[in-house]
Amino acid sequence: MSSSAALGSLGRGLVLPIGLLLTWEVASHSGLVNRQFLPPLEHVGATAWQELASGELLEALAASLRRDLLGFVFGSGAGVLIGLLLGLSTIADRVVMTWFNGLKQIALLAWIPLISLWFGFDEMAKVVFIGLAAAIPVILNLVEGIHATSRKLVEVGEVFRFNRVQFILYVYLPAAMPSLLTGLHLALIYAWLATIGAEYFMAAGPGIGGIIIAGRERFDMDLVMLGILVVGSVGFLVDRGASWLERRLIPWRAASALA
Amino acid sequence: MNVAAQLRTTAVPDHGQGRLEVRNVSKSFVVNGAPVEALRDVSLDVAGGEFVVLLGPSGCGKSTLLRLIAGLEPEFRGSISQDGNAIAGTSLDRGIVFQEPRLFPWATVSQNIALGLKNAPLSDRAKREAVAAHITLVGLDGFAQAYPHQLSGGMAQRAAIARGLVNRPRLLLLDEPFGALDALTRARLQVELQRIWAHERITMVLVTHDVDEAVLLGDRVIVLAPRPGRVSRIFAISAPRPRSRTDDDLVRIRNDVLRALGDGEEDGSGGTPISGPA
Repeated sequence: MSSSAALGSLGRGLVLPIGLLLTWEVASHSGLVNRQFLPPLEHVGATAWQELASGELLEALAASLRRDLLGFVFGSGAGVLIGLLLGLSTIADRVVMTWFNGLKQIALLAWIPLISLWFGFDEMAKVVFIGLAAAIPVILNLVEGIHATSRKLVEVGEVFRFNRVQFILYVYLPAAMPSLLTGLHLALIYAWLATIGAEYFMAAGPGIGGIIIAGRERFDMDLVMLGILVVGSVGFLVDRGASWLERRLIPWRAASALA
Repeated sequence: MNVAAQLRTTAVPDHGQGRLEVRNVSKSFVVNGAPVEALRDVSLDVAGGEFVVLLGPSGCGKSTLLRLIAGLEPEFRGSISQDGNAIAGTSLDRGIVFQEPRLFPWATVSQNIALGLKNAPLSDRAKREAVAAHITLVGLDGFAQAYPHQLSGGMAQRAAIARGLVNRPRLLLLDEPFGALDALTRARLQVELQRIWAHERITMVLVTHDVDEAVLLGDRVIVLAPRPGRVSRIFAISAPRPRSRTDDDLVRIRNDVLRALGDGEEDGSGGTPISGPA
């Protein structure tokens, strides 16, 4: 893509958010909506500046990102192990998969009461919840990727007398890699959503969710809006970063010449 | 020729002769709940270093027979042995090249070939040398670092042949290896395969439905009849090598083979497949 075309597509991408911000600003200033519910942008900006200057916003963001990352690492790590086991073992697959497919129908937020009973409301409970959110898409996508491995390539491994470990390293894992990366990408998104959910429902300790709650309790709409904007921006950046990484990590993806 | 020298230094100690014995082999599949007989009572002997072609129309079980010899199908009746040892599963002593290259799409040409050596009893250095030597053998110098999707069909099949040979098997099985290639590439690779066979002096068993290919390459052409698959005739071809497809002897034998296939009246020129491409 040429740079002018890239600018053009960026320009088109910006139309909607800029339009929304303008509408927001006009609605707020014209008195069309109550300013208490929809404060003008400059107020939100001023609050952002204050929170930044006091260090509270960055502290909250750091706390949220830290538990997001922690939950993601533990959750996706467990997800890879469980996914490998379920994908490679016919018995485990038969015994567990139906049960697991039922389990994933439970809305993620419905786990919160259970997790808070088991683990309390502090850091541990939040990380467990975030980890659960991250593990599920990793397991599902990895199992699917392993099951979709070409039978013909498996035969090549048989011809070369691959053992169990060699099959995993040289056939199943690389074959499932595109699927696994999709799962990890989803896990990143889910983990961030779960981070905010955990902070909101298990309110204890600093975090972006805490900022939103504080704003609501003080009826400080600027603060609520600021929190929402930060959550959205982080989510957006995580998604974009993951897409970029995915493209870089699979140089053979253009390959359809499989047979 | 320094390739030859390199190959010799990486050679694994004596593998035996690459003799193959197929005795009274029958094989059935279950299709839609009903058993279908793919092979009935097939017996054949292949001498060490011989080039044997299994020829027949689609459905004659020639690929099934090759897969049984490779050890990819565990269940069959009868016995198959290589150099006196009954085959049980796959073995590094038997290489195979499939109709599709079946290269791992995530690995480069040299990595693909090196994967064939994972369980070979060689030092890392010897493995590297064997990979490089086989890339040269099949004429892929300069493409060692290419991914499969960057290769043409012919180049991918060359890489697959290198991978099939890299363990220095005494027996190489080829399952319609050129069936999916265009006519020019196919003709060129047939000549290449003759050269490689002469160079390696190993046993080769090639499955094809192309009569020209069969008589060009084979010391013997074993014609299989379909439903159920069984040996119908065997042609010995003593024309001197290297052969050219326009040799009078070959043209005469080709016509004999075609007649044996009940297809004698057809006076095809150029490639004469018995059936459409599989």
